[in-house]
Amino acid sequence: MRGWFNSGAPWIWLNAAAVSASLIMVAGLLGLIALRGLGHFWPTDIVEMDYRKADDQIVRLIGEIRGHEDVPRERLVAAGVSVPGDSELVRRVQLKSGNRDVVGLDFNWVLGPDIIAERYPEDLVVIERREWGNFYGYLREVHENGINVTDTAPLWDVLNEHLGRARKIADEIRVIERDEIGAINYKLERLRLDQRRLELEGKADTEALARIAAQEAALQLQYESHQKRLIALYQDIQRDSVTVEIQDGRVVELPLSKVIHVLRPNAMGVGDKLLAYMKNVWAFISDDPREANTEGGIFPAIFGTVLMVILMSIFVTPFGVIAAVYLREYAKQGPITRIIRIAVNNLAGVPSIVYGVFGLGFFVYFLGGNIDQLFYPEAQPAPIFGTPGILWASLTLALLTVPVVIVATEEGLARIPSAIREGSLSLGATKAETLWRTVLPMASPAMMTGLILAVARAAGEVAPLMLVGVVKLAPTLPLDGNAPFLHLDRKFMHLGFHIYDVGFQSPNVEAARPVVYATALLLVLVIVALNITAISIRNHLREKYRALDN
Amino acid sequence: MTTSQPPSPLAQISPSVQARRRAWRMLKDRAARHTVMIGGFGAIVAILLIFFYLLYVVFPLLEPASAEALAEYPLGDNAGKTLYLAMEEQAEIAVRYDSTGRVRFFATADGQTLLEQQLPLPDNVSITSLAEGGKGRSAVSLGLSNGSVLISRHAYRSSFPGDQRQITPRLEFPSGTVPLQVDSQQHALERVAVQSGDRTTIAALTDDQRLLLVILEKQISFIDESETLKRFEHALPNTAGQVRHLLVDPDQRSLYVATDQGVLAYYDISDAEHPQLVQQLGVVPMGATLTGMKLLAGGISLLIASSDGQVAQWFPVRDETNQPMLHKIRSFKVEGSATALAPEYARKGFFAASNHGEIGIYHTTAEKRVLLERVSDQAIETLAISPRANAFLAEDAGGQLHFWHVDNEHPEVSWSSLWGKVWYESYPQPDYVWQSSSASNDFEPKFSLTPLAFGTLKAAFYAMLFAVPISIMGAIYAAYFMAPAMRKIVKPTIEIMEALPTVILGFLAGLWLAPVMEANLPGVFALFIMLPLGTLMFAGVWSLLPGALRYRIPDGWEAALLVPVLLGLAWVAFSLSLPFEHLFFDGDMRTWMRDNLGIGFDQRNALVVGIAMGFAVIPTIFSITEDAIFSVPRHLTNGSLALGATTWQTLTRVVLLTASPGIFSAVMIGMGRAVGETMIVLMATGNTPVMDMSLFQGMRTLSANIAVEMPEAEVASTHFRILFLAALVLFMFTFVFNTVAELVRQRLRGKYASL
Repeated sequence: MRGWFNSGAPWIWLNAAAVSASLIMVAGLLGLIALRGLGHFWPTDIVEMDYRKADDQIVRLIGEIRGHEDVPRERLVAAGVSVPGDSELVRRVQLKSGNRDVVGLDFNWVLGPDIIAERYPEDLVVIERREWGNFYGYLREVHENGINVTDTAPLWDVLNEHLGRARKIADEIRVIERDEIGAINYKLERLRLDQRRLELEGKADTEALARIAAQEAALQLQYESHQKRLIALYQDIQRDSVTVEIQDGRVVELPLSKVIHVLRPNAMGVGDKLLAYMKNVWAFISDDPREANTEGGIFPAIFGTVLMVILMSIFVTPFGVIAAVYLREYAKQGPITRIIRIAVNNLAGVPSIVYGVFGLGFFVYFLGGNIDQLFYPEAQPAPIFGTPGILWASLTLALLTVPVVIVATEEGLARIPSAIREGSLSLGATKAETLWRTVLPMASPAMMTGLILAVARAAGEVAPLMLVGVVKLAPTLPLDGNAPFLHLDRKFMHLGFHIYDVGFQSPNVEAARPVVYATALLLVLVIVALNITAISIRNHLREKYRALDN
Repeated sequence: MTTSQPPSPLAQISPSVQARRRAWRMLKDRAARHTVMIGGFGAIVAILLIFFYLLYVVFPLLEPASAEALAEYPLGDNAGKTLYLAMEEQAEIAVRYDSTGRVRFFATADGQTLLEQQLPLPDNVSITSLAEGGKGRSAVSLGLSNGSVLISRHAYRSSFPGDQRQITPRLEFPSGTVPLQVDSQQHALERVAVQSGDRTTIAALTDDQRLLLVILEKQISFIDESETLKRFEHALPNTAGQVRHLLVDPDQRSLYVATDQGVLAYYDISDAEHPQLVQQLGVVPMGATLTGMKLLAGGISLLIASSDGQVAQWFPVRDETNQPMLHKIRSFKVEGSATALAPEYARKGFFAASNHGEIGIYHTTAEKRVLLERVSDQAIETLAISPRANAFLAEDAGGQLHFWHVDNEHPEVSWSSLWGKVWYESYPQPDYVWQSSSASNDFEPKFSLTPLAFGTLKAAFYAMLFAVPISIMGAIYAAYFMAPAMRKIVKPTIEIMEALPTVILGFLAGLWLAPVMEANLPGVFALFIMLPLGTLMFAGVWSLLPGALRYRIPDGWEAALLVPVLLGLAWVAFSLSLPFEHLFFDGDMRTWMRDNLGIGFDQRNALVVGIAMGFAVIPTIFSITEDAIFSVPRHLTNGSLALGATTWQTLTRVVLLTASPGIFSAVMIGMGRAVGETMIVLMATGNTPVMDMSLFQGMRTLSANIAVEMPEAEVASTHFRILFLAALVLFMFTFVFNTVAELVRQRLRGKYASL
């Protein structure tokens, strides 16, 4: 044994264990996020249980089982809970019973030993609502103008028919409110600014003012017609409602205008559930958030992230590539390149929050403030560019990711055999031509790698964005149908910040948790995919140039 | 071979066109060269821009205050002695109360009278005393010779005729023009102190040396909600000596009575029915007399000036019996002796004028004199400062008024207030505190960066404690022992690990890891012990296994073999956690630790941060270390092996020694990353700025502090600039670490190349 120790073998094993631990941590982390994130969309069965409360009363509980844990008996007793039986570990079950508006608490811990019976009746429904979260119970009646209409046909069919109608109206309302009235408001605001600008420039003669007033009146007229239509639609959508019996036996009436969809998970087969799963995933990706971001989709966050990353790429690529070309192709390798390399390395090592502080101070307050004064005097004192926005966010991140592009491009350039450059030069090409026609095309996959890595970094970076333009809920997207279409001054939503905000700033963390995991999964998938692409391009390149060298 | 070649296309182009084309190409070449050069220097420009911009924002903090004389003019009227001088918000208009009962508003710029008014005094009654306060600081209370008090307020209204600001002064009497009778015996009031709000407190000293305290309390009847004014009258026992100063704090909780000789009596008057003497003590050094006493903004601290040239700050500190007792906190030196004190309206600073004609500006929290200016050759008698503390008006003994502008934006910053222990108001002892804002206006901002720097280093320390062993050992294995096929899996995995957004790590740490660890605390500790021990045991058992089995696993695949082993050990550790807790810790390790060891437990603590941030740092250290070890020239190791050393001996005595600068720079870079990391600490700690090295307490780091407070900080305020200073500190720290690491690495690379 002593010899074995002296041979160093145990240390080798310990070193190996460090690698295994790292691998386990990475795999475990990815697995955890995948499991929790994917599980969120699966329509869980709804349980109905008879439960003995502390005062020996037996009540009915309805909800989804969201998890369970074993707790030492002492801890529960210390918390003032009376525990039946005498086992040392007590199982607790977390039940999501929804109906937040009616019963208050939508998540409950129930003690395993107190559960007397569990059933999964097929006609239990879960109703996803626009407000107040899920609703669980038994469907009773569908009402039309307060009159029960379920005598003629099966309840479920009647419900779906009425629900379809309500949803159609809701869609129409949304289009009018957000798109059409939104466009009118935008134009009105532009007119107001035009008028103010004319006044400031002293050109506000009666003719111009009359023209603006006429346009305003026309818009107002449009607005009123939309408003009328809206009132009619709102009246229409109020027509139907559904009554549901909840766990304590009360029958609650829900207006169908607030219902998104109704599911009977206990009656669904695997195929149906799979279908519902796909629908849920799609809704998550394509819908707007609801309920302080704890429900609904994350479309604006995806959109904001993608747009910001695209803008950032436009800024970072030329700068990074040119800097790398300088370092590798033009500069004489000496103290200056050494300093530049150290600067690049330092730039990569500066904490991201410092970029945020810099972006806020320099881009937003300094540049933005001056731009506002020079070009948008009519909007004063409301800032246009003097406030955090997507332009400043992408510029800040461009600065943050430029070292990534420089390093990757430089590596790519370094791997191109000098014979290729010399060949081109000896045929009479200038240095610029050599670069443009031979070197850069060959290095383009390396640049691509750098750009992909930069994008991956930017997509996951949150700290600086919190200072320079991200918000928890943006009312409008930075890209829309109103000229000039791309609104660089607007604030935007971001996947990473969404995780932080929903997970840590939301009023109902328990309800928000699945959304956080699902968002995290999406973000991780994007970033891992980008990185794997970058790694494989790079590995491929290395092989290729190794072949060229030989 | 050459004969059959077609003529070159170039030959058909005339020489002049060729020359032009060549010139154009050369021009393009030069243009490209210049563009690229500019781009190349972009990186340096960017880093300089960040540095200098941060410095540019921070710089005003370090700039000394300045003051300049704007105007000097004679008082103008010789009627009466100045009782009181004050200025309005914009420092454009000043007001002067004189002993004849005349109130004169005048322009500060030239002394021109704007409004003159006589106070509505009853016949044959004169002013015997005056005190600032009554309804805010824009009011004064006048003690009259018939034992009554009149409250007068100088009010201003701004209007904007033709976009020009115009301020109109006027005099108001918030409690009416009829003076309020305080002394029923109608003796003249030699000193008064008044505060008025929901209730009114009047303290007065009569000319026959009786100390009166009158409290008027609004009482609302429960039955018909009618208001009645209830009057409490007390004659307080007079302390030995001539009472010179009376002060009531704005909250009407304390009354301070001081004599010439510096005997101070401190009364608790919060109970209108039973005012109580809390403490009586001497507040000036032996042989000196008390020359002035004022309350600092907020009404908690007393400023006491004495004839030996000291201005001392005192405030009540709770003692062991929870009784507030006045303590001398710090003192400031004035040349000569202070003749007038003027506390700032909103900040914890004050102006002090001396008998040498100098005016000094001091800040209590920063414990420094901000500025000292000689204003006049004669003693300053009366001093008024503008509510924004950006101007002062001083009257000297020669009846000359001096109007000065003051530029003093950030007096609260000093080396000691940023990094040292400071005794803040209402704190039991000097402490390091970061508390930048509060709901109240009179709040004393506490800008100690020490707890934040401490939190930063603590988080980084625990992260490194977790990351350094794993990453360096892992890198050694990956670079030196691992089979190439496995490297192909491990290296990309580590790269993915590096790419994981920290927001993901932070959210998992805060929402998943922290509760899991809290519930399985014994399991976590068991894990840290069992993993290495279990690995060694497995290795021992493995070495005893028959070769037929052992040789099935080729060399360099130990790590893969260990994965299931480690997973099994972890499972065992966690499933033993609850029984352990039940057996040894009475079912709850947290309460057990609190009760038996006195260790408090936060759910989001340094342990969670250490693991989560360690996770973020591991790939950085791993990659650089692996690179350093892997590029140790082969002939060195081969030489060692050829001389008979085992692989392990070669590793420890040759490879690690050669690669040690690289490993050092890896640790430096990892440290830099841990120090600047924001999202993980933001989410996985409670963000409370405590100074406690405990593994089970949270912390607040510089970076998280910036993220939390920057969006709320008012632009260009001291708070804003201090946050920039925090960013600058982070920048400098990582700059130094990274530069050193990079230099070491470049040297190492050179060394390898020469080997």
